[in-house]
Amino acid sequence: MSILINKDTKVITQGITGEAGKFHTEQAKLYGTNIVAGVTPGKGGDKFLDIPIFNTVKEAKKVTDGNVSVIYVPPAFAADAIMEAVDAEMDLVVCITEGIPVNDMIKVKRYMEGKNTLLIGPNCPGVITPDEAKIGIMPAYIHKKGNVGIVSRSGTLTYEAVHQTTSLGLGQSTVVGIGGDPVKGLDFIDVLKMFQNDTETEAVIMIGEIGGNAEEEAAEWIANNMTKPVVSFIAGQSAPKGKRMGHAGAIISGGTGGAAEKIAKLKECGVYVADLPSEIGKTLANVLQNRK
Amino acid sequence: MKIHEYQAKEILKSYGVSVPKGIVGDSIEDLLEKSEILDNPIKVVKAQIHAGGRGKGGGVKIAKNREELKKYCEDILGMQLITHQTGPEGKKVNSVLIEEGCNIEKEFYVGMVLDRAIGRLVMMASTEGGMEIEKVAEESPELIFKESIDPITGLLPFQARELAFKLGLKGKSVSKAVNFMLALSKAFVEIDASLAEINPLVLTKEGDLIALDAKIGFDDNALYRHPKILEYRDLTEEDSKEIEAKKYDLSYIALDGNIGCMVNGAGLAMATMDIIKQIGGEPANFLDVGGGATKEKVTAAFKIILSDPKVKGIFVNIFGGIMKCDVIAEGVIAAASDLGINVPLVVRLEGTNVEKGKELLNNSGLSIISADDMKDGAFKIVSAIK
Repeated sequence: MSILINKDTKVITQGITGEAGKFHTEQAKLYGTNIVAGVTPGKGGDKFLDIPIFNTVKEAKKVTDGNVSVIYVPPAFAADAIMEAVDAEMDLVVCITEGIPVNDMIKVKRYMEGKNTLLIGPNCPGVITPDEAKIGIMPAYIHKKGNVGIVSRSGTLTYEAVHQTTSLGLGQSTVVGIGGDPVKGLDFIDVLKMFQNDTETEAVIMIGEIGGNAEEEAAEWIANNMTKPVVSFIAGQSAPKGKRMGHAGAIISGGTGGAAEKIAKLKECGVYVADLPSEIGKTLANVLQNRK
Repeated sequence: MKIHEYQAKEILKSYGVSVPKGIVGDSIEDLLEKSEILDNPIKVVKAQIHAGGRGKGGGVKIAKNREELKKYCEDILGMQLITHQTGPEGKKVNSVLIEEGCNIEKEFYVGMVLDRAIGRLVMMASTEGGMEIEKVAEESPELIFKESIDPITGLLPFQARELAFKLGLKGKSVSKAVNFMLALSKAFVEIDASLAEINPLVLTKEGDLIALDAKIGFDDNALYRHPKILEYRDLTEEDSKEIEAKKYDLSYIALDGNIGCMVNGAGLAMATMDIIKQIGGEPANFLDVGGGATKEKVTAAFKIILSDPKVKGIFVNIFGGIMKCDVIAEGVIAAASDLGINVPLVVRLEGTNVEKGKELLNNSGLSIISADDMKDGAFKIVSAIK
């Protein structure tokens, strides 16, 4: 098993004719992901790498039976693209797009209420189940099939954790980038739940950063519900207050969201926290070693 | 993006919010001449900078006559105003707002922010007007009242009434408060604000409800659809390196240290600063070159880093995903030969096309210190500048 996506996942790429859409669809296909359709309004009937293109997500789904969509649509149109995929009743929507206005995401979240579609992102690297399916922009070669589940708010820092676990011979069950925006789809707890219930996942790495209090809430949840070990790293210990550190959600404001508070809470809840970003893999290896 | 108090009041006024009658100027003559139209002899002189805590720093004064008005304008205009938000060097006051005084009966706080936990906007109101809301939240959270806003309906009148009653308002001032809150929430959504604080909102002895101060911040991601708000941008309030970075779509924040950082990805960029600090160095900046960096972008990033005279060494830490390592390497080489980088340069490359990137660097003939991983790189740059 794995979570969210596997070898049976059928992917529809929204924005398949844009530069990012083309490049990453090709990369995903090379990895073996089953990409069944693309969507670009107005280009229905065309093909890209033998993948049929449709005008709407509904049509693409009806013809190809795709169940997961990935979005590479520019920020001004991305919220609409998410809602189109939700309306088409996709199981999962992965939105890679960075720079979507917060108000647009507030509407998306409201639109999704009571519906069954899950959303990952926006502003995220995507999700990968090694050797089965890669949906997103992560470099494929650093991944290795294994038993570590990774969930992260940051893209490149996720790659860092993946690379470290692979180098130590550990490998990953599924890697989920939940994105750096303040209003998003799945959050830490949603993904932790899935990893807790996944037979293939033995341990979890959770990478957080400054801003908000999702890490603190996750820490509480872990203390009460999680039997699998969790290793964490929080980025931004040296970040100044009141400055948005690249990600729209990475800002210490109103006395909350600082790294020190998050780390203290995680430790208090039994999570192993790596002091250095280069020690995430090692910290996990030590934890697994000590449990044996 | 941040704007000035007088600009925030201009916006609110256009939505029907009452603000004190006032004028703005950037010279003493201009200010004194314009202030002739203000009837009330009591006037408030307010420094216009993008930082809070202006009153405590001496940037807000109440003038009882023309002599005092002139004196306070002279004191404040051009001063280096230091508040808890400006840093020790303070900010130069380039413009001043003069407003008519009013008879304050009671002060309130009303603000709007995003509640990340529920993914909705909330309106907050408190009886503790004039205080820092963070402090109120810490010491007496029961005095802050909140209503979350459904994006489909917007703030509803009954929600605003509820807040008004909780603030202890009575009679006509209730409907005035409701109108104010509905106007504020409408404005907030329409202009894509990220934060609004009216602190204080005052009830005057005459029974009027006036926004005595106003602070509005904007969602940078939504600015593309608000050309008029972009005109409010005051470049003198921003770090010149940060302005330059924005031109190239680079995310740059100046810090106090001496190790320049160039990283891809916000999380990795923060983690790079963290690791430098933990092993005894001080980062000079946060710099995320973003996903789709080109040779030009990398060159621009180097230029910005090098324009900071504090920088004694540079650490490039790249984990290529979308970003290809060979492109970064080409950028590093081009920048190094164009700009003549004469401080130690440590480069750590990993990810897509890493071998190609390393080969380019090795064959470039430049004195680049290469690192195996980010810890190795951090150690190398910290020891190189000692």
